[in-house]
Amino acid sequence: MIEIRLHGRGGQGAVVASEMLARAAVRDGMHASAFPFFGVERRGCPVTAFCRIDDKPIRIHAGIYEPDYVIVLDPGLMALVDVFQGLKPEGKILINTTRSREDLTIKAHNKVVIVDATGIALKHGLGSETAPIVNTAIIGAFVKMFPKISIDSLLESVREAAPVKKEENASAARDAYEITKEV
Amino acid sequence: MPVLKTYKDLPSTPVTFYSTESNKTGTWRTIRPILDESKCTRCYICWKFCPDLSVDVAKEGDFPSIDYDYCKGCGVCANECPSDAIHMEKEAHK
Amino acid sequence: MIEVMTSNYAAAHGARLSKVEVIAAYPITPQSSISEKLAEMSVKGELHGQYILVESEHSAMSLLIGASYVGARTYTATSSHGLALMHEMLYWATGARRPIVMTIVSRAMAPPWNIWGDQMDVIGERDTGWMQFFCENNQETLDTTIMSYRIAEDRSVMLPAMVIEDGFILSHTFEAVDLPDQDDVDDFLPKFNPELKIDFNDPRRFGGLVMPDWWSEFRFRIAQDMEDAKKKIIEVDKEFEKKFGRSYGGLVEFYNCDDADVILALAGSAVGTAKHVSDKMRERGKKVGVVKIKTLRPLPAEELTKLNDMVPVVGVFDRSFNFGHGGGIFSEIRNGIYTPGGGLLTKNYVGGMGGRDFTPKHMEWVFEDLLRIKKEGKVDRMIEWIPLRDGTGRWY
Repeated sequence: MIEIRLHGRGGQGAVVASEMLARAAVRDGMHASAFPFFGVERRGCPVTAFCRIDDKPIRIHAGIYEPDYVIVLDPGLMALVDVFQGLKPEGKILINTTRSREDLTIKAHNKVVIVDATGIALKHGLGSETAPIVNTAIIGAFVKMFPKISIDSLLESVREAAPVKKEENASAARDAYEITKEV
Repeated sequence: MPVLKTYKDLPSTPVTFYSTESNKTGTWRTIRPILDESKCTRCYICWKFCPDLSVDVAKEGDFPSIDYDYCKGCGVCANECPSDAIHMEKEAHK
Repeated sequence: MIEVMTSNYAAAHGARLSKVEVIAAYPITPQSSISEKLAEMSVKGELHGQYILVESEHSAMSLLIGASYVGARTYTATSSHGLALMHEMLYWATGARRPIVMTIVSRAMAPPWNIWGDQMDVIGERDTGWMQFFCENNQETLDTTIMSYRIAEDRSVMLPAMVIEDGFILSHTFEAVDLPDQDDVDDFLPKFNPELKIDFNDPRRFGGLVMPDWWSEFRFRIAQDMEDAKKKIIEVDKEFEKKFGRSYGGLVEFYNCDDADVILALAGSAVGTAKHVSDKMRERGKKVGVVKIKTLRPLPAEELTKLNDMVPVVGVFDRSFNFGHGGGIFSEIRNGIYTPGGGLLTKNYVGGMGGRDFTPKHMEWVFEDLLRIKKEGKVDRMIEWIPLRDGTGRWY
């Protein structure tokens, strides 16, 4: 079983991203469970979402404290929240940024993968410069790191769960998938 | 009506199978209203106020009539009549 | 058809597939997405029944009792204070023998104000005469909703039912759910056809005064029918398995209990966590079992007495506390287990309240504690709140 934790701000779509990952995993014949940090939220407030994926049915109904993957939708959060808390020693990090790994202050020794999800999102007209909707792009990149989920299943799930601009969201996910290389 | 002996004879919830029409509340009376048609202006205020639906008006234009099967003798009609056409009398015992 | 959805949406689909005819629900966190989904289905024409706006939960239940009297299949959903607000009408629904099915997304009672999962709201309603079914996951929420109509509307039962999902833990968690076909559900669920109902061509009065000389007999009938419901619940579960391939045991489920040293009994979403931990511990040679309480009302006493012959120690997890001699589910289970002369040791673990996480680590601690009790042959304390801040401020 793998456990994923996503960090974003309210309005960036971290929770919908976790749902899309669960849908994609189920499409590919696996079991999945996705949920937000159960709390009160507002736009701009740090939001945490979770996803468990396994080949066997998932029966745990509790939070994720030692994730295998941490996905950071907004790098500014790293200064506010300890986004890497509990990350397993062999766990991996995916960050939405244009900077390089050396430029970032990452208080973790894990492998980091970088993708400019903001750029890709804006290229497809998702959100605005101040509030880009980066969730679909970043999970497209994630699927490159986690090939047990196929990109085709992810794109179908994106189209299914995206409330608007289904094709643009799917294209953003595909672009991010194609561009991402494991660093 | 079934004869009730044990809980098995009961319906699952209290339910009545007859109408309240069979309950002649006229027997509760100790005084009864008497209408003097010569004073009645057919304003139908007594019909409106009767709390028991015991004042009948067959059709518009008729004098109201008291239904003594159900009238409980509360006296509201006599109290409300603006023409003093109704007065209350002690109920005669049969 | 497999779809990924929250337990709230599963409940809404359960109501839709059951072709409910009248819905009256008032929103409250964490139930709101049920009302919203049903309203959306209604607007899109996917809902067979009518969705009626009401001004409070009390009104919702009152309206449904009226609708049920006329012979309509009815549904509502609520949580916490919404449920408490309906409290007086819950007694009415039972006495009026109206098979209303209600989803409770269980949430803590205030103050302190708390919107998160806790079972104190439903534990507080055990005395109303409603059947109570707890769900372990989203699939079970959907399936139990459909089964509840079949059980409740049976003429030998005719009692309302609560289908309980833990607030947020299930209601806001996405899991894969197999949506049954409408045709299959129609086969499984016949049209609601009550023996007694309002009919303008045959006018009657319902719910009237009954004098002391007959009141107890009405009550006895409800007690009998609640007892008889146990057979019906097991029967319906078996039929559901035949039709849809899924079974939940009806009243209880014994998991990993066959050669267990100790058993933990509990209800709700934590059962999943318990099963997961039980399997992991079994791999390490620790023989721990789980009893899932699916039905709390009627209390499955016959199943629970079996525990006397299975293990020397039974723990009970309560996701609430009602200030009794142990929590609500603990008290019920002890009562169900009780045999004069039986030496079964029991301990109550209270936790996960007000939305506090009850993790696999806590679950493992509980099992280890039970094994220790078995070894020592005595219970250290009857009630243990776990986790609780230990003075250093940390609790996990």
